[in-house]
Amino acid sequence: MQLFLRFNLILLLLFCTLAVASDLRIEVTQGLDRPVRIAVVPFERKGWGRLPEKVSDVVNSDLQLSGRFVTTPVEGMLSRPHRSKEVLYRDWRLLKVEYLVIGSLTIRGNEIRVEYELHNVFEQSRELSETVVADRNELRDLGHHISDRVFEKLTGMSGAFSTRIMYVTALGSIKDRTYRLNIADSDGFRVETVLETSEPILSPSWAPDGSRIAYVSFEKDSKPAIYLHDLSKKTRRIITNFQGLNGAPSFSPDGQKLALVLSKSGNPDIWTYDLNTRRMAQITRHYGIDTEPSWFPDGRSLIFTSNRGGSPQIYKVDLYDLKIQRLTFEGDYNAGASVLADGSAMVMVHRRNDVYHISLLDLRRGRLSVLTKTSLDESPSIAPNGSMVIYATEDDGQGILAAVSIDGGVRFKLPSSEGEVREPAWSPRKRTIINSILD
Amino acid sequence: MGTLRKLGWLTVGLMSILLASCASNEPVGGDEDASAASDISTEAPEQVKKTVEPSVRGSKLVIPSESGFGEEMLQGRFFFDFDQAIVKRAGHDELNKHAAAMKQNPSLRSRLEGHADQRGTREYNLALGERRANSVRAYLVAQGVSSSQIEVISYGEEKPYATGSTEMSWSYNRRVEIVYR
Repeated sequence: MQLFLRFNLILLLLFCTLAVASDLRIEVTQGLDRPVRIAVVPFERKGWGRLPEKVSDVVNSDLQLSGRFVTTPVEGMLSRPHRSKEVLYRDWRLLKVEYLVIGSLTIRGNEIRVEYELHNVFEQSRELSETVVADRNELRDLGHHISDRVFEKLTGMSGAFSTRIMYVTALGSIKDRTYRLNIADSDGFRVETVLETSEPILSPSWAPDGSRIAYVSFEKDSKPAIYLHDLSKKTRRIITNFQGLNGAPSFSPDGQKLALVLSKSGNPDIWTYDLNTRRMAQITRHYGIDTEPSWFPDGRSLIFTSNRGGSPQIYKVDLYDLKIQRLTFEGDYNAGASVLADGSAMVMVHRRNDVYHISLLDLRRGRLSVLTKTSLDESPSIAPNGSMVIYATEDDGQGILAAVSIDGGVRFKLPSSEGEVREPAWSPRKRTIINSILD
Repeated sequence: MGTLRKLGWLTVGLMSILLASCASNEPVGGDEDASAASDISTEAPEQVKKTVEPSVRGSKLVIPSESGFGEEMLQGRFFFDFDQAIVKRAGHDELNKHAAAMKQNPSLRSRLEGHADQRGTREYNLALGERRANSVRAYLVAQGVSSSQIEVISYGEEKPYATGSTEMSWSYNRRVEIVYR
């Protein structure tokens, strides 16, 4: 056992250092009908030293790939201002640019300081200005931070550029597979492999503070076990490995508990596991399948998938009185649901005309809308700003990730450079490492 | 569609015949068995039956055929309808043979691996695969097999038998496999 743990630790350490550039790339398949026209002028550079990334390129690509903006190519720019007094609004009006991002970057040893501004071309006004400081290995973080601020200013929604996506890849033939649990920036860059094994990995889930993850791995004796993995300490432990299913771990909103599925009693039921006391409580008790628990934002109840009514449907269980209520009535296959942060709606897998789509169910009005145009969709995961849903689907016989905005207006594909990609889990809002200096 | 599926079954049939013939070219058990087999012509059929007990080859069960001559390798693969865990009547004959062999030889240990097709969610499919394996176990136990001889595990949609998003591949993937150790 000791040896097994130590070996795993070494493996983990090994893979954490193998950071790859990008194995997902974003393709916008449907943008807004009238996207905002924005120009990101390459930032002025002051100081010595080579930098691996251009911060303004990161901002440009973030905004373009959000599907809500159209960016102006650098070659087409009539002038390249870096500060307010250099801006000639007329140049940008000619190009029909509505907003302008300008700035300068100063290198001081390991410290990078960026001063940037957002201008409204038609009103000829400065909408935003900020000075941010970061380490030189945090250039992409700097870029994502600026994108978040610009996005929030112009759309009213908080951005999700400073977040990460966890996902599982499967490489090789079905007889000889390698599974990896990867974490990448939401734009597909900076991939880290957290785990690599020849047995399936499923249901990765984030703790609310983003420091820990839980997942199901079959690596030990080819049987499922739930692991709790500390990303900063690079250690992990087995939470459950009972006879039968050990599945679908999901962190409570306060990060103190996991909801999970065990079939040790003979059939799959929902349990909770207290991460501090290590005590378990059985929440559902039914001879049917109960699986895929997910927490309501208030932590008082869970939703889960059950076939107790004959076909898989979504139910809600109150954790105090264990009362169960059915939430879905439309269609004969509803599964894998999760609730939006404001509790107003949930996303889930919904079958319509034999096609599996990601759908949104408004929990107040009971209205169901199909969000995706793809088929064989599964594993929807909501961005922390509530604006996007990432999910797994199939494209040309290959498992890929795709995303859709919660209003269905923007759609993406995230094809992979190698292997099947599945089981996406959008991280909570990333702890900010950027020091903002308010002017 | 119907003919396609029939063609599919035919392929499976052919494959299993091929597999069986490949496997029977391999040496059987220890040397004693081989020498016993060479004496077949001079011995009584009952004694042949006695020497050839159900055995495990690869992870499959090999049983003496009913005629007393030759043997049969059981495929140990049982198929299910969508979102269903009911053992189909078509599989009963073969399951009865597994049950008889496990009763006859209590040292036989098997693992029932439950699987699902790719449609729907992975965790639901894991649960479904387990239900399917459990219903095969229930059938075997009802035939008198000791439940201590049987282990159940579900792989859901993680280990497909056939690739491709077609009705035919899916029908092969909704299965339980009996794996002997």
